Amino acid sequence: MSRELINLIVQATGESLFMVSVAALVATVLGLPLGIFLATSRKGELFAAPPANGILGVIVNAARSTPFIILVVAIIPFTRLIAGTSIGSGAAIVPLTIAATPFIARLVEAAIREVDAGLIETASSFGASPLQIVFKVLIPEALPGLVLALTLAVVSLLGYSAMVGAVGGGGLGDLGIRYGYQRFMPEMMLAVVVVLIALVQTVQTAGDYLARRVNRRLRNR
Amino acid sequence: MNVHQSLTTAHPVAPLPSISLASGASDAMIRFEGVSKVYPAYRDKPSVHALQAIDFAIPRGSITGVIGRSGAGKSSLVRLINGLEKPSSGRVVVDGREISGLAGRELRLAQRSIGMIFQHFNLLSSRTAADNIALPLEIAGWSRADIAVRVEELLALVGIADKYDRYPSELSGGQKQRIGIARALATWPNVLLSDEATSALDPQTTRAILDLLANINRELGVTIVLITHEMSVVRQLAKEVAVIDGGHVVERGHVADIFTHPRHSVTQAFLSEAIGDSVPVSLASRISPQPVAGGKAVLRVQVRGTEAGDTVVARLSRELSHDVALLSARIDEIGGQHVGSLILGIPGGEAAAKQALAYLSQHDLLVERLGYVA
Repeated sequence: MSRELINLIVQATGESLFMVSVAALVATVLGLPLGIFLATSRKGELFAAPPANGILGVIVNAARSTPFIILVVAIIPFTRLIAGTSIGSGAAIVPLTIAATPFIARLVEAAIREVDAGLIETASSFGASPLQIVFKVLIPEALPGLVLALTLAVVSLLGYSAMVGAVGGGGLGDLGIRYGYQRFMPEMMLAVVVVLIALVQTVQTAGDYLARRVNRRLRNR
Repeated sequence: MNVHQSLTTAHPVAPLPSISLASGASDAMIRFEGVSKVYPAYRDKPSVHALQAIDFAIPRGSITGVIGRSGAGKSSLVRLINGLEKPSSGRVVVDGREISGLAGRELRLAQRSIGMIFQHFNLLSSRTAADNIALPLEIAGWSRADIAVRVEELLALVGIADKYDRYPSELSGGQKQRIGIARALATWPNVLLSDEATSALDPQTTRAILDLLANINRELGVTIVLITHEMSVVRQLAKEVAVIDGGHVVERGHVADIFTHPRHSVTQAFLSEAIGDSVPVSLASRISPQPVAGGKAVLRVQVRGTEAGDTVVARLSRELSHDVALLSARIDEIGGQHVGSLILGIPGGEAAAKQALAYLSQHDLLVERLGYVA
């Protein structure tokens, strides 16, 4: 493989990592509180607000059920509003974030719901406020689950990022389609897939390791 | 265990100003005044009257057992005391404050003077023993330095000072409950609620935990309320008892009185369980309802109170001029009173049996004829 093609792969990997990391960061900042709210706002729960829970649930489900490629195209005006353009890796972060936020919210909700309700009652019994319960009980106790949820979200974002080539987003997926498929360069396709596998493997291994480190339920010391 | 050490240490923060609502000269720490708790109908489930017309007081500094079957309403009762639940009607007054009337920040402040321990310990798996004990102090806004001092005292108080850096997954059930107790006592509460705190522990560990609670009550003067379905827990620790069934307090008073003279069927059932006064299976299978030629009449004598059964067999033998056989016996001590039953075999035919029944009844012993054995 020529030096030129290798440079292309390196550049595309950089674009993918840039898009995925920024989108993952922003989606976590938005999705974490959203997920915590979804997990604590049903009837009788910490921040009980059943109507708000219901409405947010419907919105999250709608966003989750929209195919990503349609989402990318459908929100082009919004992307332009936020990013100033609808083309390029920077612009691609907008649909990636919008797709990842409800996904992360649902994963966070599931992780938080895993926390034993008895612990919430215990904290309440010694006078903890709802916010203290979130920060001192729910998040620390759900941490292993939260780490695994974010790992899963990053891996999914790597997959999504392959599709933003359709709007000039660049990245590895785009490179694979344009060179590997449209220019009939199977070695390029193979190279892209190998890099993606390596990335996913790295992220998953790191996530698993971190989740194990923060999990005190296991006798792992 | 060094209880004194912690008692003599200076109080790190000023106690909360008690908002005394002029509760009169009452020495009750906890008062239920016409309390009922109804869980409203939800979806296809009908409404549930968990508690009805509860009216009783728990004396300051006492250890009071609340015993009942599962579903009797005891969990609701204990959660009304620390405001985790609100009564549907009536008032719950703790240390002169109407806890059922508090909400928000006021309630949270009041909750700091009421500790609670749980059947499944409810420790945070993500925190060490010391950090679990520190949690209520962090929530109360203590400084790091004060927390460190207090946690060390508490670890020593419950006798697990060497386990301070262990996570709950590395500890036994008894050690976890000790942490639970230390955590419940962290903010100097004057009430400790125990919700089936020993139900998940083996008998030996249960004994040790109950001893610890007795010590805490004696040394710190903390009023303890024990919710349990186990007679043995009430018997070992409590001085006062309330028997709860179907959402009502059906019987209450001193442990010794209630269990030597149980009136309600639920109390009697708990007592039978505790002292095992049922007829042994091997004996029961040999008892026939018809007199057996040359056999013995079988009598069961209930022993309730200080009029112990310790000399009854000998006295009865003398009275009848026959050797009375002791077929089965179980006598226990509850609150300093002998409680149990004796199963006696009376030889000498129908006349002797009648004489024995009369003699025992005269001496205020509850006696019944079970049948005959060869």
